[in-house]
Amino acid sequence: MIKINNLHKSYKMGSSSLHVLKGIDFNVKDGELVAIMGSSGSGKSTLLNIVGMLDIADKGVYELDGVPIENLDETKAAQYRNKFLGFVFQSFNLINYKSALENVALPLYYQGLKRKDRQEKSLSYLEKVGLKDWATHLPSELSGGQKQRVAIARALASQPKVLLADEPTGALDTKTSYEVMDLIQQINQEGKTILVVTHEPDIANMCQRVVKLKDGVIVEDKKVEQVLAAQYV
Amino acid sequence: MPRKNILFDRDTWQEIFGSIAKNKTRTIITVIGVLWGIFIYITLSGSAKGMDNGFDRAFENVAINSMFLWAQSTSMPYDGFKIGRSPQLKIQDAQYIKKRVPAVEFIAPRNTKGLFDGGQQPLVVRGTKTGNYVVYGDTPEYTSIFPLKIFDGGRYINADDYKNERKICIIGERTKDELFEKDEDPIGDYVNINGIYFQIVGMHKTSDEGGFASDSDIYIPLSTFRRLYNTGDDVDWFTIAARDDADVVAVEKEVKQVLRRIHRVHPEDERAFGSFNLGEIWNRIIGFKDGLTLMSLIVGIATIIAGVIGIGNILLISVKERTKELGIRRAIGATPAEVRKQILLESVFLTLLAGIIGIILGALVLAGINAATTDLEDFPFVNPTVPLSYILGALFTMISMGILIGLIPAQRAVSIKPIDALREE
Repeated sequence: MIKINNLHKSYKMGSSSLHVLKGIDFNVKDGELVAIMGSSGSGKSTLLNIVGMLDIADKGVYELDGVPIENLDETKAAQYRNKFLGFVFQSFNLINYKSALENVALPLYYQGLKRKDRQEKSLSYLEKVGLKDWATHLPSELSGGQKQRVAIARALASQPKVLLADEPTGALDTKTSYEVMDLIQQINQEGKTILVVTHEPDIANMCQRVVKLKDGVIVEDKKVEQVLAAQYV
Repeated sequence: MPRKNILFDRDTWQEIFGSIAKNKTRTIITVIGVLWGIFIYITLSGSAKGMDNGFDRAFENVAINSMFLWAQSTSMPYDGFKIGRSPQLKIQDAQYIKKRVPAVEFIAPRNTKGLFDGGQQPLVVRGTKTGNYVVYGDTPEYTSIFPLKIFDGGRYINADDYKNERKICIIGERTKDELFEKDEDPIGDYVNINGIYFQIVGMHKTSDEGGFASDSDIYIPLSTFRRLYNTGDDVDWFTIAARDDADVVAVEKEVKQVLRRIHRVHPEDERAFGSFNLGEIWNRIIGFKDGLTLMSLIVGIATIIAGVIGIGNILLISVKERTKELGIRRAIGATPAEVRKQILLESVFLTLLAGIIGIILGALVLAGINAATTDLEDFPFVNPTVPLSYILGALFTMISMGILIGLIPAQRAVSIKPIDALREE
């Protein structure tokens, strides 16, 4: 699903430049649930941003589902993001003046779906994350866990190939974190490829594979015994 | 994935309404600027039009291209005459002028007793009542230049009156009130002017447009006047109307030139004949009106532009405020074009909304002023309207300015990378 070869990325900081990714080789198979770990500054978010086409690598090859991702302009990147990728953020990033349903429907709007289809589809995804009854509520009326579930529904609504979660549990307490991870595991079991960036070992252990980054290179890449979140819920 | 027709797409507007309705304070503040601008514009240009109409009404009874002309004294010696001689206008001058200056449509020689001569106003007697009134000697042409309001079935001096030197007169409304009882009908009755009986054939109501005319004036045929006061061929002044297409100022010059020739005055003597040119005054009023209209246009448009710039300013701030939201939208698939479009349409929509409210408010205020001034005859303000072309022009200005100014925040919105926008807290 994801093929990355010799990926480099550096940021200009005034006159000096900061080499963040120093040659990453990284492949993800279809249906995998992968945790990317590392301390802050290790480059894990940068890697996720490049995979998410929010950022562009300086050097290297990136293929998503057989499509080489290169020469991206903003418009093309936006269209690829809309078609291939679903994002879940640490801070949920819901639009605060739109209801849960409208938030979920937004990527479908940009896909050009008809209003009725959008409503139906978004409602079914809200149902999937267990928030059908909260469809008309604004984000401010939802708890953190509920917000993150709305965000997951939104990420799924556009039927992406890959779900990218950047510290999805970073703003949640342990119990809610496990609930969210349970949902992520369920989605993974249905066949969705998921990348989770985290620095919490217990969250990482709920994935099938853990990739550790340090100073811009992969230092460890191992399969783990997956802990089911459902048992903590 | 780009949509076919964004302007007529319900979803586009739903997004915009959503964003506008959910940011009420911003919307209201934004709208007020343009609303005020277009309100000022509509009120000003409507008022200018109202004054325009008001002046038209005030002068509707006057031949606008008319002038008065009288003799003064020469300021240059000429042809053996000393400086300071006073030429005397003669009744024959009228025919001569008409022949020599084709642009003159009507020329009415006039004489008067009791107005300029410094003497006593003629004594008018009717039974036991008496009064002193100004008496004019006039020709039938006079009413072609300054129409009099003749009422109660009377008439003005006609050609036969003039030819036969009839002893008839037209009295004013006030004269009637002072010399007759309320229930009496003066027409056909007689009054005694300086010892001679005149039959009353008409009564006039004089509005105040004629300068020194008053509603106590008595008009008699000029031919009769000459006999009564023994003025011979002498005339006090001419009232002249130029043809509609003529330039009154040029006509005035030509007539004076002809008079200088007749009366053997130096051709460059500007002071020998005096004149008062209503046409010239009218031209000045028109110039004033045009200036007023132009000023209201400039002030109005400038205020609108200031308002639209205000919208741009507030949208710019709001784009900054919404950086995160726009970042989210772009992360989940909004293309830069779609983000730009949304900001632009918000700008244009707000501008138009404000414009339409402003136009309605302006129209209400104009209607209010109109209602308050309908009873004031003296106040030159009638039917203030704004031409449709002005309104369309203003709307066009607003839309194009709204687009232009919206481009700045729209560009700002897409110039921030989605990843940076998402990081913003």
